[in-house]
Amino acid sequence: MTVSIVALSAGLGEPSTTRMLADKVVASARERLGDVSVEVVSLRELAHDITDASLTGFASARLQHVYDQVAAADALIVAVPIFKVSYPGLFKSFVDAMETDAIIGKPVLLAATGGTARHSLAIDMALRPLFSYLQAFIVPTGIFASPHDWGSSGEHALQRRIDRATGELASMLGGGGTGRTREDEIDLFSDTMLSISNPDLR
Amino acid sequence: MQIGIFTVGDVTPDPVNGTTPTEHERIKATVEIAKKADEIGLDVFATGEHHNPPFVPSSPTTTLAYIGAQTKNLILSTSTTLITTNDPVKIAEDYATLQHLVDGRMDLMLGRGNTAPVYPWFGKDISKGVELTIENYQLLRKLWDEPVVNWEGKFRTPLQGFTSTPAPLDGVAPFVWHGSIRTPEVAELAAYYGDGYFANNIFWPKEHYIRLINFYRQRYAHYGHGDPEQAIVGLGGQFFMRKNSQDAVNEFRPYFDVAPVYGHGPSLEEFTEATPLTVGSPQQVLERTLQFADFFGDYQRQLFLVDHAGLPLKTVLEQLDLLGEILPTMREEFAKRRPANVPDAPTHAARVDAKNAEKEVQA
Repeated sequence: MTVSIVALSAGLGEPSTTRMLADKVVASARERLGDVSVEVVSLRELAHDITDASLTGFASARLQHVYDQVAAADALIVAVPIFKVSYPGLFKSFVDAMETDAIIGKPVLLAATGGTARHSLAIDMALRPLFSYLQAFIVPTGIFASPHDWGSSGEHALQRRIDRATGELASMLGGGGTGRTREDEIDLFSDTMLSISNPDLR
Repeated sequence: MQIGIFTVGDVTPDPVNGTTPTEHERIKATVEIAKKADEIGLDVFATGEHHNPPFVPSSPTTTLAYIGAQTKNLILSTSTTLITTNDPVKIAEDYATLQHLVDGRMDLMLGRGNTAPVYPWFGKDISKGVELTIENYQLLRKLWDEPVVNWEGKFRTPLQGFTSTPAPLDGVAPFVWHGSIRTPEVAELAAYYGDGYFANNIFWPKEHYIRLINFYRQRYAHYGHGDPEQAIVGLGGQFFMRKNSQDAVNEFRPYFDVAPVYGHGPSLEEFTEATPLTVGSPQQVLERTLQFADFFGDYQRQLFLVDHAGLPLKTVLEQLDLLGEILPTMREEFAKRRPANVPDAPTHAARVDAKNAEKEVQA
């Protein structure tokens, strides 16, 4: 069965190093998983839509299309640049305007680029808590790429971390997951709901 | 079909002439707008309830009674009355008094209120908002439907041998609408009691409202009040119109661009495409409004937001004159498409008749 993956790249430059990292992770995931369909989404192109959604509380048709793709995907790859200790505000606004329960139980692989290796804990200190809050199923290995990693001597190490992370993603997709997904149905039998037709239950 | 207007009651600077109305001016303008609504033949005027600046309507029944004394046919309503932070006993008393004063020409719409600090200011907890809505409404029903109430709940002092005065006019309590856009429990509450359900249908794409309207219709049928298409549905809407559609766009754009809620965001063109807001000619407003029934099913009440974003009173009154011109066609077209089994919007007179008919059957 085809595995569907959405890769979100929050790189703001063009060309973007973060997008390059996302593409490398996607290539590795294709090798690991074989039959995959991948949609790579660059948030830069949605910058206006994301700001509008932050102000109006609803997503434009094309931003909603991305949220729908994210919700429907079997797994997410998230690649962000690290600016001033954390991910860019645009990425946080994208997540803020998404439904809170959109990615419950969904396997998510986290990757980041940064100007120096001293930012390398940003995945664990900034990105991981965000996805814990969203109740995603987070791949244990995070992939951080500093400028050094793109040089010939570092390439091997970066590729090894990428393959380790996509290997973990593959085993998560092959397993039973967290057993939790987004709940779309209205629960007619919650205590609160039942108390409407039967006040004694209140 | 009842057609009318609803106001938030915001005091917003006019970005074109740079002035901000005083609270006094805003309150008086609200009265003028309601009188105009009556004059052009609209059915409903509804005011919001707020307890924080920049909003003025903190005391809806005071304003509505004052308007009621100066109008003839207009049904006076709310959008919304806060069922969470108001004492249900005071709601029962205030709105029953209003009902007597205006000879039944009123109803009310209940809502939760989403301004977090208002809850603690009234001694309530916003995290209990849904529970407060349910318990308070169950008490309100008893206060209006039972002569002597013995009651105990979680959120209020118990009542022993309490009689709410005055009793509803003709023994028929004011009709209740429940306004909600996200909370299934509110749709369930409306369905269980056979009350009306209102989706504000402004500021967001109409697709956001369809799920709970359909849920309410199904549950209305589940509780035996009729078929799903017979449930009592109300919708909001928003427009700005001029005879020439380009004039409407040019005049409204400076208000749109800095408006509360959506200002500084999407363009007017993007927003009018995505949401029910129509900026254009009266014909365009007419066509867009009639499409609501295609999407949501035939419904009973349409309320428009017209006094928003700092528009001056003169402009708002002109908007109502233009609405008055398309009103007969709008009514005709809605009536033409409505199947015979879909009921009219409830009025006090019709509900008194229904009650008397029921009594005769029993006798």
